[in-house]
Amino acid sequence: MDRFLFLTMDGVTRGTIYAAFALALVLIWRGTRVVNFAQGAMAVATVYIAYSVSGATGSYWLGFASALVGAALLGAVIELVVARRVHDAPPLNAIVVAIGLVLFLQAVLGMIYTNEYLAFPAPFSQNAVFAGVSPYDVFVFGVVVALLGVLTWLFTRTPLGLRMRASAFAPEVSRLLGVDVALMRTLGWVLAAVVGSLAALLVIPTELGLHPTAMDDVFVAAFTAAVVGGLDSPAGAVLGGLIVGVLLSYVGGYVRSDATPLAVLGLLVVVLLVRPGGLFAVPSARRV
Amino acid sequence: MSGMANSTDTATVAPAPPRARATTGRRGNTLLRHVLIATVVGVVVVIATYQIEPFRNYQLATIGAYLCVLPGLILLTGFTGQISLGHGALMAAGAYTVALTPDLPFLFSLLAGVLVATVLGAVIGVAAARLHGPYLAGATLAVAVSVPAVTTTFDGLFGGDAGLTFAVSPAPASLGAYFPFERWQAWITLLGAAVVMLLLANLVRSRFGRTLRAVRDDEVAASLAGIHVGRVRVLAFVLSAAGAGLGGGMFALLAQSVSPGAYGLTLSLNLMLAIVLGGLGGLRGAVWGAIVLVALQPLADWATSGLDADPALQQRLEGTLPLAIFGAALIVVMTTAPGGLDALVTRALRRLRGARRSDPAAR
Repeated sequence: MDRFLFLTMDGVTRGTIYAAFALALVLIWRGTRVVNFAQGAMAVATVYIAYSVSGATGSYWLGFASALVGAALLGAVIELVVARRVHDAPPLNAIVVAIGLVLFLQAVLGMIYTNEYLAFPAPFSQNAVFAGVSPYDVFVFGVVVALLGVLTWLFTRTPLGLRMRASAFAPEVSRLLGVDVALMRTLGWVLAAVVGSLAALLVIPTELGLHPTAMDDVFVAAFTAAVVGGLDSPAGAVLGGLIVGVLLSYVGGYVRSDATPLAVLGLLVVVLLVRPGGLFAVPSARRV
Repeated sequence: MSGMANSTDTATVAPAPPRARATTGRRGNTLLRHVLIATVVGVVVVIATYQIEPFRNYQLATIGAYLCVLPGLILLTGFTGQISLGHGALMAAGAYTVALTPDLPFLFSLLAGVLVATVLGAVIGVAAARLHGPYLAGATLAVAVSVPAVTTTFDGLFGGDAGLTFAVSPAPASLGAYFPFERWQAWITLLGAAVVMLLLANLVRSRFGRTLRAVRDDEVAASLAGIHVGRVRVLAFVLSAAGAGLGGGMFALLAQSVSPGAYGLTLSLNLMLAIVLGGLGGLRGAVWGAIVLVALQPLADWATSGLDADPALQQRLEGTLPLAIFGAALIVVMTTAPGGLDALVTRALRRLRGARRSDPAAR
């Protein structure tokens, strides 16, 4: 029973991180109908920023903050320089460009920091103190809940959030009504990059260490989470993240830890075969 | 998909003189023409393998192995408009089958590898048929990253991270006592590549090829015209999976071993970037793509050794520089010249030909 409780709590913690990363994917998908396959590589790049800044100043929090600032800049630059050019092209082109970005970012990170695993410690202890929960788990949980609160507030309570939602769902009408749709798209990328960076900052201390490809598996898990939730729905992404996190924790704990990518693949295939629109899909006419 | 459709047209029209083709259409036997081209190229290549050193033959063999996979991927991505990030995993299926059946004659274990990859491709393809762009890419990405998980979960069969090694029988004695093994490898892989190219070149010129393009360009119009869109998608995926199985088996032959590291996500991404850089518009893009994949590593080595930098930096650049160039090239090609190398070469050739004839009507 102890083990079950431990695995469940561990799964929920990982699930909140997957949820945050899945949210980053959903943000860009809603705004531009592109799945940002470079999200993982972008997030890893910002964690390397945190690593360097923390190493130079000795302060975890300074590194944390500079990673988020770096993520905002990176998101803006990538949207303005690359993503904007493939926005009107076939969806294939956007995926290919994202893969190019993955290769490029990972190679550049390897050049600067080598392809060794670097230690990126957590700011709080990761040893469980009560019911399988460690101080770091509490921190992760708190950060993601705060993030969800901020995003909900931004999208439902502020004029900026309204404009962002409007330009995602009806770009032409929004443009006619005076919304700078291109700016909203850039802002969407900035927001997604920051959210993705946050997720990577939280997840990497719980993994093997910092490596250019450290987020590949997390990306696949988060993509699965987003698909489980329907790709379009932020609430669905959060629930999907929790489902994937708990499932992986059980598979890793009760079957074997190597098998978790297979579990992700299985879940993804089953969801795509049974409910390709996600768990909350309502039957809808497909747009032609 | 308009950008790609344009490049398809230029690529398929290019081989014959433009005006002649415009009037004669598809007259003449396509199969006969393709067999003729394959024979001529084959004879030239066989003569060439006698002239070059073993290492060059090995590189040629690698090109041949890539050429077993890439045409199928072009069929899938360029002609059908589906994207796969998981063909490295399908190659692993072919390679592991070859490695696990060392007692069979090589041809039979190769065919078994093709069969296994085809079945696996059919399973993925059935799920893929209902998927569009990002869903298929994501699903195949999940397949690609699960290769090491499969080999370590069933390490009794697949040998875990270390993989399997096996012996390949040398070239038959009838070819002479000092026949280099690399030349024999090059012959086998290039023969496989020729078969794949020949089959697919005929296929894309057939009714089925037109069906694929119809599905790519307008799904709704295609299904209104009586095309079963899902079935066509699955078929294209299964065909490309068969090619991947063959290519995987060829890679096993080249290395005489298999390990999960060689068939991970990097290989899948390399395959995709090869077809994009080579050109998605026609099967000839596969040739360029294979050459680029094989030639870039030595080129990068040469560039870094020429830098005269300190050894630490050199070592750091060794593995990463080609990838950085690849990544940047992928972005540049996709945003500025979606036709890839094949379209660039075709355009350059046509301009040359036009200039020589000084005939404005030809353009």
